[in-house]
Amino acid sequence: MQNGATIEYDYSIAKAFTFATILFGIIGMTVGVILAFQLAFPGLNNLAGEYGTFSRLRPLHTNGVAFGFTLSGIFATWYYVGQRVLKVSLKESPFLMGVAKLHFVLYFITILLAVVTLISGITTSKEYAELEWPLDILVVVWWVLWGISIFGLIGIRRERTLYISLWYYIACFVAVAMLYLFNNMAVPTMLFADGAPSSWIHSISMYAGTNDALVQWWYGHNAVAFVFTTPIIAMIYYFLPKESGQNVYSYKLSILAFWGLMFVYLWAGGHHLIYSTVPDWMQTMGSVMSVVLILPSWGSAINMLLTMKGEWGQLQTSPLIKFMVMASTFYMLSTIEGPIQAIKSVNAIAHFTDWIPGHVHDGVLGWVVFMIMAALFHMAPRMYGREIYSKSLMETQFWLQTTAIVLYFTSMWIAGITQGMMWRAYDEYGSLLYSFIDTVTVLQPYYTIRAVGGLLYLIGFFMFAYNMYKTATCGRRLDKEPTNASPMGA
Amino acid sequence: MFHWLEQRPFFFTVVLFLFIAFAGLVEVLPDFAKSSQPKVGTKPYSVLELAGRQVYIKDSCNACHSQLIRPFKSETDRYGMYSLSGEYAYDRPFLWGSKRTGPDLMRVGNYRTTDWHENHMMDPASVVPGTVMPAYPHQFKNKADIATAYANANTQKQVFAVPYDKPGMPVLGSWNDAQKSALEEAKLIAADMKNQDVKDAVAAGEIPEIVALIAYMNSLK
Repeated sequence: MQNGATIEYDYSIAKAFTFATILFGIIGMTVGVILAFQLAFPGLNNLAGEYGTFSRLRPLHTNGVAFGFTLSGIFATWYYVGQRVLKVSLKESPFLMGVAKLHFVLYFITILLAVVTLISGITTSKEYAELEWPLDILVVVWWVLWGISIFGLIGIRRERTLYISLWYYIACFVAVAMLYLFNNMAVPTMLFADGAPSSWIHSISMYAGTNDALVQWWYGHNAVAFVFTTPIIAMIYYFLPKESGQNVYSYKLSILAFWGLMFVYLWAGGHHLIYSTVPDWMQTMGSVMSVVLILPSWGSAINMLLTMKGEWGQLQTSPLIKFMVMASTFYMLSTIEGPIQAIKSVNAIAHFTDWIPGHVHDGVLGWVVFMIMAALFHMAPRMYGREIYSKSLMETQFWLQTTAIVLYFTSMWIAGITQGMMWRAYDEYGSLLYSFIDTVTVLQPYYTIRAVGGLLYLIGFFMFAYNMYKTATCGRRLDKEPTNASPMGA
Repeated sequence: MFHWLEQRPFFFTVVLFLFIAFAGLVEVLPDFAKSSQPKVGTKPYSVLELAGRQVYIKDSCNACHSQLIRPFKSETDRYGMYSLSGEYAYDRPFLWGSKRTGPDLMRVGNYRTTDWHENHMMDPASVVPGTVMPAYPHQFKNKADIATAYANANTQKQVFAVPYDKPGMPVLGSWNDAQKSALEEAKLIAADMKNQDVKDAVAAGEIPEIVALIAYMNSLK
């Protein structure tokens, strides 16, 4: 095949993962909104017996959005971007096609089992690693399948040089494999039941106490890095230049940002353990490296924003560009906020408060979800051969969700700092000024604002789902694939 | 060099892995053995307490409660002595939590009692007006999983050399011994409770989740 001749790419797997992204997005975010309302109105906790309490549902929300929604989005874009930047179609290898199908099926089953087990209270309690050992093994199997798909496709590529997006997908694969394996090391207790009729699914961690915490946050922080950051950067490096028709601003900056991020990110896990019982030098290291992390993070974000140089007019005409530019902007906000929270004296106030979920959500709602939705919007006309159903619906969704995020993080900033200051307030006689419950009841208005913000965001996500569904089923048919700007109906 | 790597996926991945793994190796290896040493006087959990710890995990109490007291005056005044690494030597998994929607529980056994927990778990607002905590009435009906707690303790003993059955340490014994001693412990807790269903269950040889959970709460000191 000559350069320039068209290759017929196969989007069946990308379409399947697109469906999963939307489905798990709806489930995960709906549970999130329920949780938010439960904090504002605690009566909502006991509507479904033991299965409806805040504590039971919380792991369902975090796992649902991280491993249901986000991973699906990553896989959907991989099965779209991978073929295109390597100039090779999945159709050319029945083996890789089979691997991809199996990857999807096993992944889908795992997430459904995760929902069932978590809601039944089967959990290891380690954050974002709650799944018990049989599910962990399933996760490892499809993660390996994804690896085969990545390196298999690279093996038969026509384009010799690996495009930037591929660096980030490979980083996601390698790092998560390492982190997941080490953090989930556990011993099934049934092996030592000695005749007791114990649960076969229960296991205990290989590490105890402080060590367990250390390994957990080495994992926990970097799962964030390598699920919520690197693959999302992979997406923006592909989709922003494609949609805008602009070249990436700087190759050198891409290299600096990539290798810098890879080297520094893992160190930063220690900032989750400041003032804990892990050795002091690790806490300091975590704090310092978190601040250093601003450089590679902003490197990528600035590289993306400058890619729009001279073409800022597109921001007015295309809601898709709006989503991506706003995503970069939220990435910058979130990656300056995180390092601030990692400074020891700030951490003393911020840790354990609502400022932390506030930080997480301006990152995920503004950066991760915006970017994944933009990617799927860009892919839709190419996958389905149809125009995006409604531009005005995209515009409405954009402004609704942007407002929602602002409500969310401002209320959580105020709530977190208020509570952090109240916990440490003393009266003139040297006694603690507030009992704990005083610092909870004061948060009620902020919890309400956050819940409303979350609800608006969820409504926006339903608009996205509807728009995608209509695009796939009744968007105007296109006679040829659009090169850059995605065509949109009114 | 980078351009060279970008055309060779194998070497690219190897170099990338070294970049990523480096920090983990430096951070994890040096202090790993040291920080898991138990503090003098720290004892492993009894089987009933471990069953309670499993209830704590099952209902994800750690989503809202920390077990880590930081070395600030405002924390030691509120919760007691700051946490020491050795106190966690038998915690698998650790339960530090990352969010205090409710207060820290590291030393809750020092200042809350069995009857307080009983009222609180059944109807939190009855003892803490304005609370956002859910009620957990199902813990009064569901039975604690003593068998898994025994397997848990025995795994710790066999695999991780946790000193059960050593002089001055909790006795684990066989599954039969463990059942008996867990029930004895449960009877002591139930004696301080007022819920008739719970009392009847314990008298009949069954242990509701709430009894195990309270045993665990009382052990946190």
